[in-house]
Amino acid sequence: MAREPMNGAQVVIKALIDQGVDVVFGYPGGAVLPIYDALFKQNQLRHILVRQEGGAVHAAEGYARSTGKVGVVLVTSGPGATNAVTGLTDALMDSIPIVCLTGQVPTHLIGNDAFQECDTTGITRPCTKHNYLVKDKNRLAQTLHEAFYIARSGRPGPVVVDLPKDIQFAECPYVGPSNVVHKTYRPQIKGDRKAIEQAVEMIAKAKRPVIYGGGGIINSGPAAAKLFSEFVRMTGAPTTLTLMGLGALPATDERYLGMLGMHGTYEANMAMHDCDLMLCVGARFDDRVTGRLDAFSPGSKKIHIDIDRTSINKNVAVDLGIVGDVAHVLEDMIKVWKAGQKQVDKKAVAAWWKKVDEWRARDCLKFKTDKKIIKPQYAIQRLYELTRDRETYITTEVGQHQMWAAQHYRFEKPNRWMTSGGLGTMGYGLPAAVGVQIAHPDALVVDIAGEASIMMNIQEIATAVQYRLPVKIFIINNEYMGMVRQWQELLHGGRYSESYSAALPDFVKLAEAFGAVGLRATKPSEVDDVIGEMIAVNRPVIVDIAVDQKENCFPMIPSGAAHNEMLFGPDDEAGKPVSEEGMVLV
Amino acid sequence: MNNNAQIERHTVAVLVDNEPGVLARVIGLFSGRGYNIESLTVSAVSEDESMSRITIVTSGTPMIIEQIKAQLDRLVPVHEVHDLTAEGAHIEREIALVKVVAGGAERRESLRIADIFKAAVADTTRESFVFSLTGKPEKLDAFVELMRGLGKTEVARSGVVGIARGAKAL
Ligand SMILES: Cc1ncc(C[n+]2csc(CCOP(=O)(O)OP(=O)(O)O)c2C)c(N)n1
Ligand SMILES: [Mg+2]
Repeated sequence: MAREPMNGAQVVIKALIDQGVDVVFGYPGGAVLPIYDALFKQNQLRHILVRQEGGAVHAAEGYARSTGKVGVVLVTSGPGATNAVTGLTDALMDSIPIVCLTGQVPTHLIGNDAFQECDTTGITRPCTKHNYLVKDKNRLAQTLHEAFYIARSGRPGPVVVDLPKDIQFAECPYVGPSNVVHKTYRPQIKGDRKAIEQAVEMIAKAKRPVIYGGGGIINSGPAAAKLFSEFVRMTGAPTTLTLMGLGALPATDERYLGMLGMHGTYEANMAMHDCDLMLCVGARFDDRVTGRLDAFSPGSKKIHIDIDRTSINKNVAVDLGIVGDVAHVLEDMIKVWKAGQKQVDKKAVAAWWKKVDEWRARDCLKFKTDKKIIKPQYAIQRLYELTRDRETYITTEVGQHQMWAAQHYRFEKPNRWMTSGGLGTMGYGLPAAVGVQIAHPDALVVDIAGEASIMMNIQEIATAVQYRLPVKIFIINNEYMGMVRQWQELLHGGRYSESYSAALPDFVKLAEAFGAVGLRATKPSEVDDVIGEMIAVNRPVIVDIAVDQKENCFPMIPSGAAHNEMLFGPDDEAGKPVSEEGMVLV
Repeated sequence: MNNNAQIERHTVAVLVDNEPGVLARVIGLFSGRGYNIESLTVSAVSEDESMSRITIVTSGTPMIIEQIKAQLDRLVPVHEVHDLTAEGAHIEREIALVKVVAGGAERRESLRIADIFKAAVADTTRESFVFSLTGKPEKLDAFVELMRGLGKTEVARSGVVGIARGAKAL
């Protein structure tokens, strides 16, 4: 079958289409002009023009996280590539599948400090799962397909393909995706049968079991979340989720204890601390979750299911590691459990629940409402109540508002919650919301933001306006880098060094200047109306919620402390100074 | 993690695609994660030059050594990772080129020591020798130590290469 000869740029477009890509987030420049020309001449691929390349990567992350598909980015060489670095690192930390195509100067100029040249593969090597520089036109198509395979297989992550301009112009042969088999990369999908049987045995014997689920469940796909919920219900074990795992078990399930970790619930952290068996599913014992390592769940046997072997025994030594995809391993565990007619020790587990319910009764997320001042938690609670019955997707920026959102917005389904967990990237939420809205045009997409974070990628409102994406930016405006202020209060004697948000714009006017809608609430009585209006307007909206400036995010495990050493509120801090070792921790 | 755990020295052989950037990935992994490298050698080893073998001597607690192997295995162009130290009997060799600038009694003594170590004389001038010596790293250490006492020395060492004993080939 003779095909029209294609140049490299056309091969790129064809490979994307054959990979099932329907949208690319990008920004043009000299080194990718041939690809932009090829984009111009077709109409299968949609290009979304962001306003800064960092926004393109976060948008692709939002798209990927909310669909389970690979997010695609196209940027130029030099500054285009370096602007993408934060997003790539973010995607690596949170295991988000991204393929990022970067333009490069022509091969004969590489190494000559040419205009807009940078060592893209060198710069991105530590912040990608893998990267390629395509120097041989005969390998272009194959490399692109490999990039998609690597990005989405195993533990997902970002892959960069650096494309010199001469390759984009050269006539290149094309091969389809089905003809490409990777030489070495074969992630282990099925878990070891013996280990699975052993795990089931251990769980059935447990008297105080806890299940701790993470982002790996979301990455494994909706089927994994279903299987996870099924296994939780079969065993009846108290279950907690990480920041990245929210939605893996419906928040309304009675076995759900809320998020765990630094700003997790009292019941979740106490259950982790006092359990005799911990089943970790697709999470990675991150330091925000474990608190002080040598005091982490001292009396428990630990089982860890993860697709990435390096996650097992990295921070915490476990008794049983199972390498495999969460959905496959859970499916097998459920089979083994049913076949063996396994049951938990009902009496012991009932007694354990009694204990857990005592912790729950402490109601650790409660806060004092106020008639005059809007409490940030209240604003998020109202947002939750007024949007929970819709098809709603939430993204966030980074700070106190992010933690309050994780605590007070309750997710029933996976893929509805997009937040920057591992890297904690301020400026993530707005572009991520743009990506989510592109993937789900009819859904309600809300970026729960802080007034400081939103300034980091504020330019992306223009993208939302251009493509008529009705994203909602819900600013919890405390006029402080609240999370920084909270730490300064706790650790640095209340010296609020550079953490006040001075010279803020008028967000309502700012929205209008961009061609979006601006709304504001300054009293609790206005919150519901403003949220109602925000939902009703089918345009991008900035909502400026003026909240209590001094509110802190509790409960909290101070750095260097253990799960059973939580702080509950302002009155609690004096009694428990942060240890010297804790001071140096982030 | 466990600060009391014993530090172990392991020799790890890694088979990788012979492509640009592989060595940077491996070295970047070690520096980025704070692992030790005592020595690292690399050379193409397959008949068609498509694969290289990297031999790394590293040290750490058993948990760190496990991490290092898992992390290496996770790199996309890595085919196989073998912990020679853990997998059984193996042979390690290194080559050293040692220049000794000395005259008179010291010069004669350097020749005598070279003879004992079965080092070859690779180059000579009236006031210097270059010795070439192959062996286990400890043997090379001892030789270099003795030579340093005899005059001005310059040392070039290859780093360790290793291979398992027996009939099984990778
Ligand atoms: C890019 C980036 N720079 C700095 C930080 C450190 N940081 C974490 S939270 C925070 C303050 C965020 O303030 P705001 O967006 O107003 O949220 P709030 O905590 O007030 O809810 C800062 C500066 C970060 N996470 N990301
Ligand atoms: Mg703020």
